[in-house]
Amino acid sequence: MTDFTMPSVAGTATTRLRKPDLSPGRISRRYAAERRFRLYGVLAVSLAMVMLALLLVSIVSKGYSAFMQTRINLDIAFDAQEIDPQNTHDPAVLKAANYTALIRKALSAQFPDVTERIDRRRLYDVVSNGADLQLMKMVLANPAIIGTTQSVSLLAGDDFDMLNKGRISRDVPEAERVLSDKQVGWFDKLQSAGRVHYAFNTDFLTSGDSREPEQAGILGALVGSLLTMITTVVLALPLGVMSAIYLEEFAPKNRLTDIIEVNINNLAAVPSIVFGLLGLAVFLGFFGLPRSAPLVGGLVLSLMTLPTVIIATRTAVKAVPPSIREAAYGVGASQLQVVLHHVLPLATPGIMTGAIIGLARALGESAPLLMIGMVAFIVDVPHSIVDPSTVLPVQVYLWADSPERAFVERTSAGIMVLLVFLVLMNAAAIFVRRRFERRW
Amino acid sequence: MNEATSNTATRPGHHGVAAPVTVASGKERRAPLSDATKIHSKDVCVFYGQKQALFNVALDIPERQVTALIGPSGCGKSTYLRCLNRMNDVIEGCRVTGTIALDGENIYDTKLDVVMLRARIGMVFQKPNPFPKSIYDNVAYGPRIHGMSESKADLDDIVHGSLERAGLWNEVKDRLDSPGTGLSGGQQQRLCIARAIAVSPEVILMDEPCSALDPIATAKIEELIDELRENYTIIIVTHSMQQAARVSQKTAFFHLGNLVEWGETEQIFTSPRDERTQGYITGRFG
Repeated sequence: MTDFTMPSVAGTATTRLRKPDLSPGRISRRYAAERRFRLYGVLAVSLAMVMLALLLVSIVSKGYSAFMQTRINLDIAFDAQEIDPQNTHDPAVLKAANYTALIRKALSAQFPDVTERIDRRRLYDVVSNGADLQLMKMVLANPAIIGTTQSVSLLAGDDFDMLNKGRISRDVPEAERVLSDKQVGWFDKLQSAGRVHYAFNTDFLTSGDSREPEQAGILGALVGSLLTMITTVVLALPLGVMSAIYLEEFAPKNRLTDIIEVNINNLAAVPSIVFGLLGLAVFLGFFGLPRSAPLVGGLVLSLMTLPTVIIATRTAVKAVPPSIREAAYGVGASQLQVVLHHVLPLATPGIMTGAIIGLARALGESAPLLMIGMVAFIVDVPHSIVDPSTVLPVQVYLWADSPERAFVERTSAGIMVLLVFLVLMNAAAIFVRRRFERRW
Repeated sequence: MNEATSNTATRPGHHGVAAPVTVASGKERRAPLSDATKIHSKDVCVFYGQKQALFNVALDIPERQVTALIGPSGCGKSTYLRCLNRMNDVIEGCRVTGTIALDGENIYDTKLDVVMLRARIGMVFQKPNPFPKSIYDNVAYGPRIHGMSESKADLDDIVHGSLERAGLWNEVKDRLDSPGTGLSGGQQQRLCIARAIAVSPEVILMDEPCSALDPIATAKIEELIDELRENYTIIIVTHSMQQAARVSQKTAFFHLGNLVEWGETEQIFTSPRDERTQGYITGRFG
């Protein structure tokens, strides 16, 4: 810094000093470039919004009708002879009774002119073939109704539901339609008799999967996804955050930690199906954990999410200003105290962002879960992380693969539920992030 | 550069009178100076990787006085300061050799607990760095982690006393729960001083505490330093030679990693022995 000789050096400069170019053409070109750049930005955002809107409109327009269900009111005679001839009121007897016959009798009473065997069978399709369970539950809940006649609202068969919703067109020639003209006629007759109801489909949100589209519900997959996500969060978040903090704050910087860092970054790019195969080999094959269980699904997804969480946490920890660390060290905080009291709280917003990204990806993941058997057809709603279950994206995949027309709307409705789940999960994470965000 | 050149003996001094630089040791003293050595250092060398930043520094810091470390940028004065509470330990690839003893006890002894050392030697940094917490929590943090209070009332007392001594109590007493980062720069720096004295240190290190502050805030901090030296040993790194002259009793001049000269502030500023010191304080380089 012995710069008192500087002026003499500057004085010997020979190059002529250039003035900035202030010509109007140059300035207007600069303004034009800025306007263009903004326009590109607006265009890009609009394009993205249009795409998103298209996606949402397409899903909602296809899926909204799954939340409504056609029901048919029938006067069911709870015939004691048919249900409980010995009048035992024994639940076993009540369970074994033939309730389908009651429905058939009621339908036949409604349409006395339908006599041919084949026509009668078609007539019976008006009501879902799971409706007998509903009657059984009624009787089990209240055996006193045996011997009386009750007006019961029964689930309509899927094809008739589709007809009512306009998904099956009456204009199509009979040969190309699922329902014959006769069946359409019966349905119209029921409708004119005021026996057809169109009500909110609570079953869709309260029951598990079914082979019959009108009975298929999302709850099984929803609970499966929830349990899987809980397992993933519980495993991936603490493991990821602790690894990242150890690597960033405590581990010596040497060749070994460099290799670990490179490998973590590589893991983030590994295709998810590979994690599925790994889970199949290790968790199912070696440890013998139950197949199709959210526990295994969560394990696989947490392996997949770990690199994302680790990378996000390391970035967030690095971004904590060194002045805060120094301040804490300066008053005599130990390294652990510095990390727990200052670095971690300040890094939490960043960690949460990383966790959201990782979990959102895990929630939408189906490929690795196919490998560990979460693609099975499971009717029961899982109660624990070791019960067989499926998850929302796999359920969507299964329904999209089913031939019945009525599964189309269920597929879209499933996607809607998945999106709502995702939005709620993100909202929770954003809430946590906001709570920890500090102004400087 | 500007600061350095303005510090000639003929320029107006602190009080706007054309006078030689006012020297603190010439002022009235509240307490007699004990020349007992608080920190004794010998052969201190610091390396950042391959690069050596300090060469065989030997300096004795007297108790309950203000020692100013001056010198041009990059001369090693901050590096030396950070050796005293082992803040350099945090820096990757930094190595310290030689001995530094606090009250005769080697602070680089492997058996010494560095956390306890930093509780005894507090630090105030160049840029005010309050925690993003409330004013109360900023001051209470140190006492809390060191288990210095039995009860909430105890802690309240410590916080009150520290803010009082840092001259901040009257300005913040009604908003102890508002964030410390919301204060002005000068108030933040005094909050940092309050935070440092809350753990009752014996020594306070100050690394250019006023370089980010305006002249009024600077004057307040300087006044505060003068009051604090009654109870604490203070070591201050500063770029302003007027500041060194105003607040310190001892001054050490560093240049290119060497301790060139140290002694009474008055002597350093009026009759420096080394011509590099002479050159620096008269503004010929810096």
